[in-house]
Amino acid sequence: MRVYLDNSATTAVLPEVIEAMLPCFSEVYGNAQSVHGFGQRAKAIVERARREVAALINAAPGEIVFVGGGTEADNLAIRGIAAAHDDGHLITTKIEHPAVLATCQALEQTGASVTYLPVQANGIVRVDDLRAAITDDTTLISVMHANNETGVIQPLEAIAAIVRERRERGQKHLYLHTDAVQSVGKIPVDVKRLGVDLLSLSGHKIHGPKGVGALFIKKGVRLAKQMTGGHHERDRRAGTENVAGIVGLGRAAELARLHLDERRERMRELRDDFEQAVMARIAGVQVNGDAQQRVPNISNLSFAGVDGESLLIALDLQGIAVSTGSACASGSLEPSHVLTAMGLAREQVRGSLRVSLSALTSRQEIETALAALEETVARLREMRPDDEAASMESSLSRFSPSQ
Amino acid sequence: MYTPQVAEHIANPRNVGELEHPSGIGDVTNQVCMDRIRLTVRLDGDRVSAARVKASGCPPTIAAASVLTELIIDRALVDIEAMTKQDVADALGRLPAAKQHCASLAIEALRAALTDARR
Repeated sequence: MRVYLDNSATTAVLPEVIEAMLPCFSEVYGNAQSVHGFGQRAKAIVERARREVAALINAAPGEIVFVGGGTEADNLAIRGIAAAHDDGHLITTKIEHPAVLATCQALEQTGASVTYLPVQANGIVRVDDLRAAITDDTTLISVMHANNETGVIQPLEAIAAIVRERRERGQKHLYLHTDAVQSVGKIPVDVKRLGVDLLSLSGHKIHGPKGVGALFIKKGVRLAKQMTGGHHERDRRAGTENVAGIVGLGRAAELARLHLDERRERMRELRDDFEQAVMARIAGVQVNGDAQQRVPNISNLSFAGVDGESLLIALDLQGIAVSTGSACASGSLEPSHVLTAMGLAREQVRGSLRVSLSALTSRQEIETALAALEETVARLREMRPDDEAASMESSLSRFSPSQ
Repeated sequence: MYTPQVAEHIANPRNVGELEHPSGIGDVTNQVCMDRIRLTVRLDGDRVSAARVKASGCPPTIAAASVLTELIIDRALVDIEAMTKQDVADALGRLPAAKQHCASLAIEALRAALTDARR
């Protein structure tokens, strides 16, 4: 049995989504910018998708810009605000996705200054740290909604309240962006309730196709477009609309909205059962990140005395797909920047494993993964030199569940 | 990313354990990534008659440790002494450029065990 538990990396496209996309290749193939009937039919289904994406996050359709994916959405938000407001000062966190981190680092090379906020041991940023980091020059705060490795949710509403205070005191050009790629479709995401000005989402994380995403840009927010060409997407992103991708994203968004509660509860129950069973059956395991403040589909665990990549490969051989924060290249460890920022010890990062569920994950998949995990962890531990195994036994107390 | 040979050794590591009263022990650690191989060998005249290994670390380290035992058991010392990390990498099909140090670690463990045996 093949078991796919790497849904934070990508998800399977739902049959209903594929069905919605197929006519775009052979029937509704017009250019959505064209004036003729072929074009106008394409435009109509693009606009329908826009309404669906907007409905999922409680935005207005005119606030949705379709882009090539989550990474492009992050780039457009961050570079777009920086360029429209003379770079200035940006604030983000140390645990962002590379789409945000690398973009901020690139802007530093061209004159922007960036503050990278730390996080607490539970993976949550301190709101007071953020408040203290804001200067009169700050133009953008970019804090992810849910972390892609741990699933931990950041206190966006509290951050938005601080942004509002600063605006009321005259700092008109201060904006709040969030990368919500991992939270949309998993928990309710409401741009008004969160109080964000910009929000990135991606199609393939919610059972839609790859190569399409969207950026929510609150009405009135000025940003410089990054892709020049035609006047597509209200002049915010040039390039012929990816009609099939957009329609797929729209259908995926619609299904995510209609089934949000049911999917969320199902995933949470399976994830929690999985974690409890791992704790009961395997010694020396800890859950990384806040156990409550997180999306329902991610479990990030550290196994004492096991290398995450060896565990991943051994599980892969049994047809089970997971992910790890442990990576070693050229003899130098390049461990997860997220777990490292949370203060995990090197061996804890090394033994980390991310299991991520989707709306399609079955109980049987979870059971199969559990049995394989138990056997594989035991085998890898058995393989260790005896004195290491002994020292692991003595360090198990340090690996006891953190929550 | 890894060859079927590496995967196979991860699934079924060979000669895992530690010999009682070995002729030599080679216990080496890569100080950068902390991968470790502990090899015990028994010499019988000019041959290695038995070997057992324990290892911790990334997949190629475990695979290299495992395949090393296959390369040396029942082989003449003169052949074993001529072995290089390339022999280990070749036995695993291929190792990614960034993982060649895993094969080196296996050879270091072998050299250390043979040196210990001659002491």
